[in-house]
Amino acid sequence: MSIYMRVIFIICYVVLAPFLGGFLEGLDRKISARMQGRVGPPVLQPFYDVQKLLNKQVIAVSRAQTFLLMTYMLLMIFTGAMFFAGSDILMCFFILATAATFLYFAAMITSSPYSTIGAQRELIQMMAYEPAVLLTCVGFYLSAKTFNVSDIAASPLSHILYMPGFFFAFVFIMTIKMRKSPFDTATSHHMHQELVKGLTTEMGARNLAFFQIAEWYENIFLLGVVALFIINNNPWSILAAVLVILAVYFVEILIDNTSARFRWDQMLKITWLVTLLSAGVNLLILMLIS
Amino acid sequence: MGKVARSPWLLHYDGSSCNGCDIEVLACLTPVYDAERFGIMNTGDPLQADIFLITGGVNTQNKDVVKQIYDQMPRPKVVVAVGVCACTGGVFKECYNILGGADSVIPVDIYVPGCAARPQAIIDGIVKAVALFQERSDEHDAKVKAEKKGGR
Repeated sequence: MSIYMRVIFIICYVVLAPFLGGFLEGLDRKISARMQGRVGPPVLQPFYDVQKLLNKQVIAVSRAQTFLLMTYMLLMIFTGAMFFAGSDILMCFFILATAATFLYFAAMITSSPYSTIGAQRELIQMMAYEPAVLLTCVGFYLSAKTFNVSDIAASPLSHILYMPGFFFAFVFIMTIKMRKSPFDTATSHHMHQELVKGLTTEMGARNLAFFQIAEWYENIFLLGVVALFIINNNPWSILAAVLVILAVYFVEILIDNTSARFRWDQMLKITWLVTLLSAGVNLLILMLIS
Repeated sequence: MGKVARSPWLLHYDGSSCNGCDIEVLACLTPVYDAERFGIMNTGDPLQADIFLITGGVNTQNKDVVKQIYDQMPRPKVVVAVGVCACTGGVFKECYNILGGADSVIPVDIYVPGCAARPQAIIDGIVKAVALFQERSDEHDAKVKAEKKGGR
């Protein structure tokens, strides 16, 4: 990939990802409402929410929170930019983990019991999904003999053919990363639960807006990784990737609306079991045939 | 500056209500009335709330709680008293522990009468509150702008 292409991809990601992410979240809320037999908010509702949050009075328990959340957002943008520029996928996920640490500190620093519990659960969530994420990187290496995203995307065959088990495990942990229902232990997205808003309880006004925008960047990055499973050197595979992304997103919404929340220990067990069985067995087979 | 009226987030607090009004408030969020089509979300967090929905009268034990919740909400904010108890104290007005309606401790903007207030009346009250929220937000923006100019 030429340097110009890389720059164009980075600019596209930085500019378009929040709009795309917000739009997908709007679709998510609309489809969720329809599944529950409601009319639902307009598709642009997430943008209205963020716009309002930016206009509210800033009450922060700790001034450092804004700095930590800004760092979280910038690292998240950096992760996605590196990924879409076609560089090392392993490095992308390491930076993503660093970003998550800043989010943890932003929640911890307020010392509110709700956000502290939310932050601790966020750490447990990281522990649950990290093995699957790392194994996915290893799977891409075994399948494509490189960690470079641009080289992985330029292979003659779609990688999902070699690594269906990894794909399943990755989509499974995306439920955690997207904070969807069976695994929304860190931030309950419904009111009046034991956590109030968990991780985001002490984030108000523009801090919550930063958090929201960072989530959109993250979702687009994760969906980009899903696309990496499908894309090969045939341009038509991009269309297939988009269809797979939409299907995965729909499945996540369906899971969100049909399941009750797990306890953290149940989450850890089931995630590691799926990772071991599906990605682990796939890994053994890949190592044997290569 | 911005149109904030499209995204009013509610905080619902039960003063000393008999739960009649609370059930009607929750009914507003069900498929029949679906308040979310106006962007209304029921949040449990004062820091993220725009409209404070209070049901039931204020008593000697929860007056500090009500005050604190009101203070924790960032400006611009609107208070809606739902049900006759939150408006005036209702049938409990003369009780030894009841101070009166919600307006005995915090400034109330919109009164929604009824025992219990019907969902239609509550949504009507919230729609009025949303208009007021937009007005206050514009005032708030003008104030922030003036402060910024004065500071420089």
